[in-house]
Amino acid sequence: MISISHLSVAYGAIVALDDVSIEAPTGAITAVLGANGAGKTTLLRTISGLVKPRSGSITANGHALIGERPDTIARLGIAHVPEGRGVIAEFTVEENLRLGALGAKTNVTAGLEEQYTLFPVLKERRKQYAAQLSGGERQMLALGRAMIANPQILLLDEPSLGLAPLVTQDIMNTIKTLCANSGLTVILVEQNAKSALKISDYAAVLHVGKSIAVRPAAEVAADESLRSYYLGMAE
Amino acid sequence: MIANILTNRIVNDIAGGTAQGVIIGLVALCLVLVWRATRVLNFAQGPMAMFVTYIGMTQMDHHANFWVAAAISVAVGFIFSALTEIVIVKPLYHKAEINPIVVMVGMFTLLEAVASAVWTNIPRYPTAPFSSINFQSEGNPTGLSPLSTFQIGAALAIMTLVAILFNYTSLGLKLRASALAPEVSKLLGIRVGRLLTLGWGIAGAVGAVAGVVISLNPGGLAPNMLDAMFILGFIAAAIGGLDSPLGALVSGIVIGVVMQLINDYWNSNYADMVAVVLLVVVLMLRPQGIFTKNSTRRV
Repeated sequence: MISISHLSVAYGAIVALDDVSIEAPTGAITAVLGANGAGKTTLLRTISGLVKPRSGSITANGHALIGERPDTIARLGIAHVPEGRGVIAEFTVEENLRLGALGAKTNVTAGLEEQYTLFPVLKERRKQYAAQLSGGERQMLALGRAMIANPQILLLDEPSLGLAPLVTQDIMNTIKTLCANSGLTVILVEQNAKSALKISDYAAVLHVGKSIAVRPAAEVAADESLRSYYLGMAE
Repeated sequence: MIANILTNRIVNDIAGGTAQGVIIGLVALCLVLVWRATRVLNFAQGPMAMFVTYIGMTQMDHHANFWVAAAISVAVGFIFSALTEIVIVKPLYHKAEINPIVVMVGMFTLLEAVASAVWTNIPRYPTAPFSSINFQSEGNPTGLSPLSTFQIGAALAIMTLVAILFNYTSLGLKLRASALAPEVSKLLGIRVGRLLTLGWGIAGAVGAVAGVVISLNPGGLAPNMLDAMFILGFIAAAIGGLDSPLGALVSGIVIGVVMQLINDYWNSNYADMVAVVLLVVVLMLRPQGIFTKNSTRRV
């Protein structure tokens, strides 16, 4: 369970998040939807300690996160797959995965085996540089590198970015399976609302820095009035 | 036949040039290590190495043997460089790029002044456990002495150690990740700050090895002993590509050999100039350096 309350973040004079409160229940996927510039990425970066908020609080599994360093937060079991996936292009697939295990201090050999079973394509390409992977493979590598840390909470920033619709569907299904199998708590930030809502249990909408609703995903999907917000066409 | 080759003038120049070249490569390696880790050009690298070499090698005045004195230099080199990163450089990471440069130039001046005050400008000559008389082949001198063989061996050994550490160990993977992608590394739980400090420490230890090896040259141990070497090391690093440890080594050796050949066949006054000309030509044709892979970085 991760609970964000009254969170405000500003970059200088520009307010990125304004009194945002969102709760993501344990073992569920909570989608955070919104148009470009709605503050979605800022939200995740604040959770993982990369951005210092102006006010508000974030607690995850009983730990207060505000003020902690990003690496400390990561070792608390919070994995963040950043926008653009954060795969290190100069490293091989296996080096990227090993790095994930080393950072979280989990068993490297067992972790590699587990991720290779989950993502056979990564095993095939384990000696290749990440720069040579396709977009979908990179996303799998980013997911594998996050999962090798055995996290309790997974933060995903736009996993569908730059992927073909079929590949996006594949990645979304993988996320759903990961969550179902391991009791993982997921916050899924997406512009691609349709794909995200398909696999999510709950959904919140961010609109120019304000959170609009945290409701069951099916309700949000059916709500015509909200659709204009997350499609970015609201006034 | 073999004797002829061993005493051939050009072969001798190449051997002697290599002995100086690996030291240039070592100085360049320090610069590359620090640059790769923290994007700081450490202009104080030379004086820092000089300073810790003094601290170690002057222990020989107090009856320490050469190896103990060298080990002290290297250990102090590690600690001194790591502390420099923590105290002086860390607060400058998010400032303008010129700030660390100015600070390190200031450190350069300060350390040389302190060294002159403490140890005077008169060179000292630490006794090497190796002879500097060249090996003979059928009565003629070859290009190498036991001492220069040791200098080459020590430089290559330390470079090999650094290469193994960075490329084949878990610690090396974390060090490279912290340098390449600090933010992503933090998100994976890597203690990036600590690893960057360690990177500086390793560079400081490598610099101390260079200092010890250079203090055995005819110029001896003096406050300005690394100034010329630092400039050549800087040129080597720039030619090889500031991101390439292998490039640092190779261009260091090339510069050493070319300078030796110019010394021998032309005029020693032109040797330094040619190194600078080499730098200008490389920077004009391939500004990123010869060994840097020209790829856009995606993280």
